[in-house]
Amino acid sequence: MSPSELFLLSPEISVALLGGVILLLDLAVKRKGYLAAAALVGLLVPAGFSVGLLIRVGSESTGQLTGVFDTLFIDRFAIYFKFLILAATALVIAASVDYRARLGRFQGEYYGLILFSASGMMLLAAGAELITLFVALELATLPLVALAAFLRDARSTESGLKFLVLSAVSSALLLYGMAFTFGVAGSTWLRDIGQVLSGASQETGAPFGSYALMLGIALMVAGFGFKIASVPFQMWVPDVYEGSPTPVTAYLSVASKAAGFAVLLRVFYVALGSADLRVEWGTLFAVLSVLSMSVGNLVAIAQSNIKRMLAYSTVAHAGYLLVGVAAVARAGPSDSLGPSGVLFYLATYTLTNLTAFFVIIAIVNKTGSEVIEDFAGMGRRAPWLALALAISMVSLIGVPPTGGFIGKVYIFSAAVRHDLAWLALAGVINSVVSVYYYMRVVRALYVLPSASQERVPSSLPLRWALGITAIGTVFLGLLPTHLLRFAQEAARILTS
Amino acid sequence: MLSAIVFLPLAGALLTAVFVRNPRLVRLTAAIFAVVTFGLSLVAFASYDLNKGGLQLEDIYANWIPVEGFPVRYHLGVDGLSLPLVLLTALLGLCSVFVSWGIQTRVKEHYVWLLVLQTAVTGVFTSLDLVMFFLFWEMELIPMYLLIAIWGGGRREYSAMKFLIFTITGSAFMLVGILVVFFSVGTFSLAELAGLKPGVEGLDSSQLLLSARFVFLLFFIAFAIKLPVWPVHTWLPDAHTDAPTAGSVMLAGVLIKMGGYGLIRISLGMFPQVARDLALFLAILAVINILYGALVTLRQTDLKRLIAYSSISHMGYVLLGVSSVGAAGGALSPLGVAGAATQMFTHGTITGLLFTMVGLVYDKTHTRHIPDLGGLASRVPFTASIFVIAGLAALGLPSLSGFVSEVMVFLGTFPVWGVITALGALGIVVTAGYILWMLLRVFFGPAQERFVHLEDASLVERVAPVLLLISIVAVGLYPRFLTDLFTSGAAGLLASRFGGSG
Repeated sequence: MSPSELFLLSPEISVALLGGVILLLDLAVKRKGYLAAAALVGLLVPAGFSVGLLIRVGSESTGQLTGVFDTLFIDRFAIYFKFLILAATALVIAASVDYRARLGRFQGEYYGLILFSASGMMLLAAGAELITLFVALELATLPLVALAAFLRDARSTESGLKFLVLSAVSSALLLYGMAFTFGVAGSTWLRDIGQVLSGASQETGAPFGSYALMLGIALMVAGFGFKIASVPFQMWVPDVYEGSPTPVTAYLSVASKAAGFAVLLRVFYVALGSADLRVEWGTLFAVLSVLSMSVGNLVAIAQSNIKRMLAYSTVAHAGYLLVGVAAVARAGPSDSLGPSGVLFYLATYTLTNLTAFFVIIAIVNKTGSEVIEDFAGMGRRAPWLALALAISMVSLIGVPPTGGFIGKVYIFSAAVRHDLAWLALAGVINSVVSVYYYMRVVRALYVLPSASQERVPSSLPLRWALGITAIGTVFLGLLPTHLLRFAQEAARILTS
Repeated sequence: MLSAIVFLPLAGALLTAVFVRNPRLVRLTAAIFAVVTFGLSLVAFASYDLNKGGLQLEDIYANWIPVEGFPVRYHLGVDGLSLPLVLLTALLGLCSVFVSWGIQTRVKEHYVWLLVLQTAVTGVFTSLDLVMFFLFWEMELIPMYLLIAIWGGGRREYSAMKFLIFTITGSAFMLVGILVVFFSVGTFSLAELAGLKPGVEGLDSSQLLLSARFVFLLFFIAFAIKLPVWPVHTWLPDAHTDAPTAGSVMLAGVLIKMGGYGLIRISLGMFPQVARDLALFLAILAVINILYGALVTLRQTDLKRLIAYSSISHMGYVLLGVSSVGAAGGALSPLGVAGAATQMFTHGTITGLLFTMVGLVYDKTHTRHIPDLGGLASRVPFTASIFVIAGLAALGLPSLSGFVSEVMVFLGTFPVWGVITALGALGIVVTAGYILWMLLRVFFGPAQERFVHLEDASLVERVAPVLLLISIVAVGLYPRFLTDLFTSGAAGLLASRFGGSG
């Protein structure tokens, strides 16, 4: 491995190293507040490396570099996710400052684990080979399991345990699926698999060309389904979301989901991207999409705990995102509308959901209750926090002028474009259903009277992070051009 | 100029939200912004060149979202159909600022949402890009929801949620419709799609990815819910009844006009052939609306609910006017469509006035229950006389504006759907019945003991009624300044889309 190949891995390496440095600093520093600051400053290094890679990739005619024994793709797609995950990591770290009282003396470990997980997720978006992907996935997931159990009270421990068991099961399914795929294609490199399968005869009459491949794909769908929280692999979501420390929940709901979609798009598009295969898994994802939206939205209505509600909402949003994936399947080779929709939606969803969770961190710190009705009167007690949460809810519904609106229009447009108008219809009907439970939060904030008039305090870093996410949500609703372009360029790599 | 009219209220809202604390200053700021916006729309109204016709006062910023495969433009503009509605919105926006002068709770928020609402509605009437149109269409939801849910009465939260869910269901279907149209034709430009600018022909199944009737229906559901058309009207009585006065004024005055406007601009402008094929269906729905609305109104004992149901009946005339496009080639005249548009304007001012007056009556007497009222005329002469005039306008008394639009609708539609129009005209009889009966029971008869100390409307409270009254009488006496515009807009639509001579 040459030093220039080390450069290709530099963002991941520097994030992981940063995690180690934070752990060591923890031993030396008395005031733990510095740890978050150090982590935030340190994250500028991988961000810098990512920019460097972006410039490097830009000078490449194919727009793609492969390296480290061909196990990595470095392209705009991977770099898009590097930025997305780095941003989410930085924001979550900043917002965790308000949570530190409950973290006790393990703050160094907390930040360290988040960073380790981030390095795994970044690697995941760049992986070009099944075993690398699997290792990256484990690297991303295992720290999250520890983080889920971080509070060590009953709920948090239960959440960690559930997460551990179900992650293990899903990893096993995924690995099994990869093994079958390897058996059929004779290679673990995504690109080689793609070539073998597109050349393979489809005349056997079996689904996906052969029963072994079908089994492989079905098992991989199940494995990824856990990561992106799609129905019917969503049952871990509510308990883990409710029990985990809120910043960890926020992180799970956005970064982990983004990484899951990144790897899903990469594997299915590059390795299983031949035209006739696409039609088959496209239909599969379309069905999963409708199921996710419907189950997520309907069950969310019945929730009274806001974190549980957002847990089911994230299942529903996995459904909306799968609309884009299903449309990918129908797209022609040069059409990037579906995948770019997924990429853009993930960015808006990240900002929107982080906004919601950050406000929840601040308010629950004060009131101690996660029940939606207990957010009553926050419109007066904490006007800015309430406004941010309201913006976030409105964006989750998909009402302008927010990023959620543009994201939804864009992703549904991919479905309509590819003759999946019925899927877009299912999507919009579902967003109508979602109005009810998202508006319940807005109603609590502004309509219900509050018992107390006390102000709600929040720390400076949290307010900054919240400002960025909330303003970003609105900004993407009004001027989405640049991000849309970046998403389109990133997605074009997949489809070319 | 149009951009200023659209975004001034929003600017006012932001300014108020961030800088203004004192309730009196809040009212003043809102009033200033509303007055300036109204002034600007008067200027726009006057500067429209009727001889030239067509699309004018355009504001284009082509590079709003210049992304490949998703070209959304910022494009505002008005023609004869939309300009009066812009004026109507500014007028009612101004009125609702004064109507809600007396609100004491959460004054600042109230005015902020009211101003945001005004921007949203004006945006709907002026947008010439489908995505922008949709953006403004949705933007109106949250402010209205909060206006009803916070400052409303009765079952306000229920009504607000019902309003929200009904409307958003419609817009969800519309969104799919917009996307289908976009991917079929390749443009979001409403100006081209609706025939205001050359470029796109009227859409039929051969150009669309899906059956044209299906796509028409996707849009129609949204507009029908908003208008509202029986049987998806049920949100309206609840929302109107439980909204605060200013909310009712805006809701009945302009929000439901968005449905009528969409019907004319999009359903007729984009799908002329389907609209023509389904015109009979629309006419039948219209008559059901008119008669059902009127008959249900007869049974109401709550003043606000009564006016709400009468709105359903009156919106039936809009639909009836629209259905006149079913005429065979030669018989096509812009009168029906222009009548429908005029009906929207006059109903906006009349119902706006009626709700204002009901609000006043309720503020003084603390009841809207008709049997509890009576003999108010001698106690509150100002309120009573304006209320009576508004009522007479609503039942279509000549020399007041309601008469003009109803006559236009009937004259335009009768040659096309004779029997149906005749049935619809029965609605007028019932209207006269419920309006006169209502006025009789509320204002006349023996004066009641407990109303002896009622005070008449204060100076601020008189602003909105007088403004609205002026517009009602003006349109009634000299309808041409309005109908010429609407007729030119309707003629333009028919000429470009229905092969009419114009």
